[in-house]
Amino acid sequence: MSVKFLVKRNTYYDSVTLMIITKEIRKIEGVNEGLVAMATDLNKELARNLNLINRELEGLTPNDFFIAVNLDEDAIFEEVKERVEELLNKKKMDTEDYNPPTLDSAIKYMPDANLVLISLPGEYAAAEAKKALLNDRHVMLFSDNVSIEDEVELKKLAKTRGLLMMGPDCGTAIINNVALAFANVLKKGPVGIVGASGTGIQEVTVVLDRLGVGVSQVIGTGGRDLKAEVGGIMMIEGIRALQQDPDTEVIVLISKPPIPEVAEKVLCVLQEGNKQSVVCFVGGSPQMVEKYGAVPGLTLEDTAYKAASLVKGEPIIRDITDFTINNADEIVEAEVKKFKKGQKYLRALYTGGTLCDEALNILSSSVGGVYSNIPLDPELKLKDVRASYKHTALDLGEDEFTRGRPHPMIDPFVRQERLVKEAEDGEVAVILMDFVLGYGVHPDPAGEMIQYIKKAREIAEKEGRYLCFVGSVCGTEADPQNRAEQEAKLRKEGVILMPSNAQAVRFVSEIISRLE
Amino acid sequence: MSKINELFQQELKVINMGLESFYNDLKKQNIEVTHVDWRPPAGGNKKMISLLNKLKG
Repeated sequence: MSVKFLVKRNTYYDSVTLMIITKEIRKIEGVNEGLVAMATDLNKELARNLNLINRELEGLTPNDFFIAVNLDEDAIFEEVKERVEELLNKKKMDTEDYNPPTLDSAIKYMPDANLVLISLPGEYAAAEAKKALLNDRHVMLFSDNVSIEDEVELKKLAKTRGLLMMGPDCGTAIINNVALAFANVLKKGPVGIVGASGTGIQEVTVVLDRLGVGVSQVIGTGGRDLKAEVGGIMMIEGIRALQQDPDTEVIVLISKPPIPEVAEKVLCVLQEGNKQSVVCFVGGSPQMVEKYGAVPGLTLEDTAYKAASLVKGEPIIRDITDFTINNADEIVEAEVKKFKKGQKYLRALYTGGTLCDEALNILSSSVGGVYSNIPLDPELKLKDVRASYKHTALDLGEDEFTRGRPHPMIDPFVRQERLVKEAEDGEVAVILMDFVLGYGVHPDPAGEMIQYIKKAREIAEKEGRYLCFVGSVCGTEADPQNRAEQEAKLRKEGVILMPSNAQAVRFVSEIISRLE
Repeated sequence: MSKINELFQQELKVINMGLESFYNDLKKQNIEVTHVDWRPPAGGNKKMISLLNKLKG
């Protein structure tokens, strides 16, 4: 075995491109371990952990590119280099257009650009966002690892200049029917959304789409907008813009429950306008929302149903807190008969953070405490996120799983690996998964999981166990992945699919409660 | 009319900095987009970047 290095100084590639290349390199026969990356502090630390480091690499800067591989034989290195070159060139061929080197030169090249989408490493992102705002451009900042102080400064600056400052950590927005970052292909329609949660927005909008209702504008604020420090600056600006927007008839707000002072501030602004509204504070109390004349959405799905009713001028007679399919109870009865004695636990493997949070909220009232890396109660925090305990629901998009890897909605590796591990646990009965479609995410999230679902089944069957797979697909027919095709692939593999995340969670609750 | 409401009436034209996949997704939607061939300023030297930002700020 030997470790080989290649360094190219002053050569920059984006992190997702290099993470995907790293994954490809690791597949080559004779490659025991590998890393293709920019020499940031984080990547050098990764290289050290993988024993892929030398003195030259230690001295590199974030502007330098490197390949480091542990090989069975030296000769394989040629193949590695060729494959990396081939994958990098493939990327280049996609971009024949002129690429200016800085934001300033890009603005000169495209003077009528009205929005800057930034997904640079967090440490550089705030400075570029500030430049964009000072040049009177709206900003969507996808990057995370931006300090809350910088966020407050950027949002105050944006407010003064009347601009959108979506983010940091804003994963989803749809402006003028254009999907930005992680977003679905939706019908144009009368619902305007301001949301502090990416997959929360996606779930509400795809359910709306299925109900035949489209969206006017979808403004993402980033997850911290409603924290006390930021005070909802961008949610308030977003609400005001939607109140003035002639194409928006109904306004929907989506967020984790904010602290009461911020919630009241936001709801007051919402009440000042004359448009009907639905507010989903995932897991929060509906009373406060009602106090300000808005309709509370109890789940993401319920929010979409209520917004659709308002659009159609129908009265809201009930909350959607049950199944919308007829035979759910029959399927539950059939499933519970298939398990071996001792199988009783749920393992939920989520790629969408808000979908996981919604699951924890629904499960807490149906099956009780569920362990997690993002628990509702600190006492239910997993001691070691690598090992599930009793009922566990994981947000695999959190930092502890994504260090040095792309988000699991882009690269399903983390979930594939985890699924196999869960299958080895004799007490596991049900596996719950989300499949998020749209722009920005993996071109085939269902297809990537299929062989691992098969593998997990085989592991369980060898010991006479049955595994029940339940899921929901967050997507539309118009998405690049096509919802119907994705669902067909999963159904063929025996995955029980429900029309929404909330229903999938309720479905697994029904099974689990019969196993205890 | 606020600038945000003005934006809602305009054709969206985007400058993309960072992930090329976002640039490609916008192209697929037939949106006019320019991708910045960005690299870390000051060769990634953090002290130098902070000084540069202060000078520009």
